[in-house]
Amino acid sequence: MSLKQTPSQTVGPFFAYGLTPEQYGYDFKELAGGRLIDDETEGERIHIVGRVLDGEGKAVDDAMVEIWQADAQGRYAHPADPRGSNLAFKGFGRYGTGTDPECRYMFDTIKPGSVEGQAPHITMCVMCRGMLSHAFTRVYFSDERQANGNDAVLATVPEDRRGTLIAEREETVAGVIYRFDVHLQGAEETVFFDL
Amino acid sequence: MTAHGPFSPRDWGSHPSYVHPDYKSTVLRGPTRPLIPLKPTLSELTGPVYGQTSVGPLDHDMTRNARVNGEPLGERIIVAGRVLDEDGRTLPNTLIEVWQANAAGRYIHKNDQHDAPLDPNFRGSGRCVTDAQGRYKFYSIKPGAYPWGNHPNAWRPNHIHFSLFGPSFITRLVTQMYFPGDPLLDLDPIYNASPEGRRELMVSNFDLDVTEPEFALGYTFDIVLRGRNATPAQE
Ligand SMILES: [Fe+3]
Repeated sequence: MSLKQTPSQTVGPFFAYGLTPEQYGYDFKELAGGRLIDDETEGERIHIVGRVLDGEGKAVDDAMVEIWQADAQGRYAHPADPRGSNLAFKGFGRYGTGTDPECRYMFDTIKPGSVEGQAPHITMCVMCRGMLSHAFTRVYFSDERQANGNDAVLATVPEDRRGTLIAEREETVAGVIYRFDVHLQGAEETVFFDL
Repeated sequence: MTAHGPFSPRDWGSHPSYVHPDYKSTVLRGPTRPLIPLKPTLSELTGPVYGQTSVGPLDHDMTRNARVNGEPLGERIIVAGRVLDEDGRTLPNTLIEVWQANAAGRYIHKNDQHDAPLDPNFRGSGRCVTDAQGRYKFYSIKPGAYPWGNHPNAWRPNHIHFSLFGPSFITRLVTQMYFPGDPLLDLDPIYNASPEGRRELMVSNFDLDVTEPEFALGYTFDIVLRGRNATPAQE
């Protein structure tokens, strides 16, 4: 290693007109938002909804949540996936918590397929004012009990903390909703990975 | 493993720790439990791909990309550099997104309460994708310093926010670029949250070669992301 990594800094409170401009009503095309799918996308339609909570349980209104996921067949739209890219489904979403009255993030997407034998999951990156580095976590699904029980990554997480990584499935008139709150601190602090 | 091997770890010798009490809002927002190691799988070794076609023709030029009735006010600048990994390899086709305050130190964001004027011809956000040699270039207006409520008489040094992906989701980096000789750097808890000897990597250099005559001063800012692990992939 000849060079040193450029240090991370906080995203700050005012990222929206750069990173999530359309969601916040700024006149700048955004590269990614809360909707990852279109009418053609294969797979089970799901919503993922949650809040980012600070050490006092207060919802953070200036956080940005990013998700990265495989398609319904467990393929990533990236050249490193040996099964070939599925560019029709990009698999990347981004949402700020500053436009919803309850400070929720929300994604309209599909449930990903299993990747290399792992339980279905979504990679999540969380950042906000007051976080000097982003934090990585994973979203697993409550209706995948068996796959979750066999998942090699979940197995490395202390049992009493695994629940922080499981999104609760709820069938509603608006469709399937998975609820996934991110606790930055506190008794229920979400598991963040050293990635 | 595929040809796209795993990456070297995040270097916590460069990155700030999550809780840094001088920056007050980290106290309730920085995770406190140890991070759990995760040997990267395909889920981590892949990431969003944005090529040259994902950016518009004026996205890199903040002096032009939000004009309404004239030129934005302030000192025009050029920021250019390369995106590299720790091994010195240049990283082509890497998306860079930037945002900043205007010359008066005011963000266009609706929640910015600083009593300084907005500029109707300046939004302050842009993006570009690095070329085949890993190079990028932005045109902008030098951002002003602005007050923030962290402690009495707290002022952020002039800075531009940068967001990058690199070759995978785990090479993601969000950082800030600073300007050489800024007296506010020594007083800034965010800049100083990165260890001494590394925080200086966020300070750009004035560069006469990047400077365009009769037009704008140039600054060079190279960004270094995580490298590839040197060890060969294991069977
Ligand atoms: Fe700022």
